[in-house]
Amino acid sequence: MTDQLSTDPAKAVERMRAGSMTLSLAPWVIATVVLVFLPMVFTNNSALTIMNQMSITIVFALAYNMLLGQGGMLSFGHAVYAGVGGFACMHIMNMSDFFETIPLVILPIFGGLFGMGLAMIVGSFSTRSAGTVFAMISLGVGELIAACSVIIVAFFGGEEGISGDRTYAQPFFGVEFLQQIEVYYLTIAWLIISAALMYLWSRTPVGRMANAVRDNPERAQFLGYSARWVRYYSFIASGFFAGIAGGLFAINYEILTEENLNTASSGVILLVTFLGGVGFFFGPIIGAIAFTLLQTVLSLSTELWAFYAGVLFVATVMFFPGGLAGLIMMHVAAFKLGKASGLIKPYLKTLLPAAIGTLGLAALVEMTFHLRHAATGDDEMTIFWTTFSSHDILPWVIAVVITAVGLGIAKVTAPSLKEAWNEANTAGGAS
Amino acid sequence: MSTPALELTGLKKSFGKAEIIRGIDLSIGKAERHAIIGPNGAGKSTLFNLITARFAPTSGTVKLHGENLAGLEPFQINRKGLSRSFQITNIFPAMTVFENVRCALLWSQGYKYSFWHLVNSKRDLTEGAEAILDQINLLERRNLPAGTLSYAEQRALEIGITIAGGADVIMLDEPTAGMSNTETDYITDLILKVTAGKTLIMVEHDMGVVFGLADRISVLVYGEIIATGKPADVRADARVQEAYLGAALEAEH
Repeated sequence: MTDQLSTDPAKAVERMRAGSMTLSLAPWVIATVVLVFLPMVFTNNSALTIMNQMSITIVFALAYNMLLGQGGMLSFGHAVYAGVGGFACMHIMNMSDFFETIPLVILPIFGGLFGMGLAMIVGSFSTRSAGTVFAMISLGVGELIAACSVIIVAFFGGEEGISGDRTYAQPFFGVEFLQQIEVYYLTIAWLIISAALMYLWSRTPVGRMANAVRDNPERAQFLGYSARWVRYYSFIASGFFAGIAGGLFAINYEILTEENLNTASSGVILLVTFLGGVGFFFGPIIGAIAFTLLQTVLSLSTELWAFYAGVLFVATVMFFPGGLAGLIMMHVAAFKLGKASGLIKPYLKTLLPAAIGTLGLAALVEMTFHLRHAATGDDEMTIFWTTFSSHDILPWVIAVVITAVGLGIAKVTAPSLKEAWNEANTAGGAS
Repeated sequence: MSTPALELTGLKKSFGKAEIIRGIDLSIGKAERHAIIGPNGAGKSTLFNLITARFAPTSGTVKLHGENLAGLEPFQINRKGLSRSFQITNIFPAMTVFENVRCALLWSQGYKYSFWHLVNSKRDLTEGAEAILDQINLLERRNLPAGTLSYAEQRALEIGITIAGGADVIMLDEPTAGMSNTETDYITDLILKVTAGKTLIMVEHDMGVVFGLADRISVLVYGEIIATGKPADVRADARVQEAYLGAALEAEH
């Protein structure tokens, strides 16, 4: 600290810049390498589908967080921009004369432009203020456009939606995107480009002022910036990247319906973003990965996946408002002090029983659901690789005992975890 | 005499039936240090808010370097070279100290709403912000979140943000409110240092600060200026003494 101050300030600038460059490039390189090699680990088509969905959700969630996290604007209707971008791409796919002349890889740009165009119109009146007024306008516009989907059938295709065929595009270096793996690489290329651009946006003057306006619009005004224009630019940029996500959706699924722009979809992206953590750039990425896994993997094993997702969301809002990213970043201080290893044991002592107790609780929920909703005579159910009758007493007793013991141990060991946590976050002392 | 830096004519403001500012005429010259004093509730902060367009006046005009500010938004007034601080500390608490100052530099350095520059690679921004931090003695706190600074440091930071944009008219609303004596002395010296050559208009309660800093003083009582002049003259003014003896009602006639 002190030597930094005593050196020539110009050099400090150099050093800071060099340091931040190497530091900030590393995660991007790692992420790119992982994304490129991931299909070699998960080779089957369903895994590819999940990864594509994940990538699209990441782009959308990052775009959403340009508003929520960075600009402090809570939108309840952001699916509209992704949806309209996606619908525009579907129409371009169906304009065969034009579509033949462009490679598929550039199609998402059109989605982005349409999303941006709509954002320019809506933003011109919705970004006048932040807070409740903005949230209500976003909700209203969202409902309005979702309602249009059954009225303006020519564009939204009514209840069936619009479908098309991506393979009619001009082949891109011989690639016709017939196979899922080709679409995967197209999707991750756009994911990396969009994420990088959105990250860089947050480092520009207008991106920094978006933070300033979020924290203190009045002070920002007295620094020469119109809070409204700053919000408007963020909104347009966010609409653009949401449109890109919509375009990627169109390429992947080759169909768009009203579901892509309704309020439920807008709610999901809010949930995803918040779950991941709005305070950090990478938060929505984690949220999108976690949520897509819940949605796809968990939904294969239980009909109640949305219930668990809801519980997780409420727990996040109540106990970890920083989201999953916030949870991760909480540990940075301990790592810097070199005391993170001291946390492993207390974590195991508390979190392992807590996890077991939670699984017991989930078992109780599943058993109750089965007891109430299974067809009469269908007593057999299977959870955690165990098949039993939900009408017997014994499984219930076991589940209750596991829940009680698991959560009980967690409760008993929690104080020592807290102590270890405080110790790990205090400088000096015995370690 | 050249055009005054700030000129108020017949400025009035009512909230409903309550007339808070009842006709103020005031002319403040370039590079003058002007203090506005007066009992609580006299309308000092309201006057500040009228000048900076936080509120719109009911009638009357505000002129900055001879230019009428009517109908302009705060950010437009700021771009014309008028910058202010607030009575309640008004900074970006979640951002680092450095970033607070850098945000204050963006507009005046011409970056506007740019999304094609990266702030971290702009040497003029980094060096400019560090120069301001050096002036307000917060260089060592550079990377701390502004909200974690001590109260006096936050006030110093706010002054830094206020002057960073290079405005030539600086308005400070009670910069030493709630400070200990040593802190007050420190902030007073700081204000003298950073506003050298600029027009300074400040609301202040601490008479030591006022008489130490100001070239001229205006006394605001019940929305009217009852005296304007050099510190010694104002101190000798019978009506001012009356107002400060607590008989605010009598001071009206």
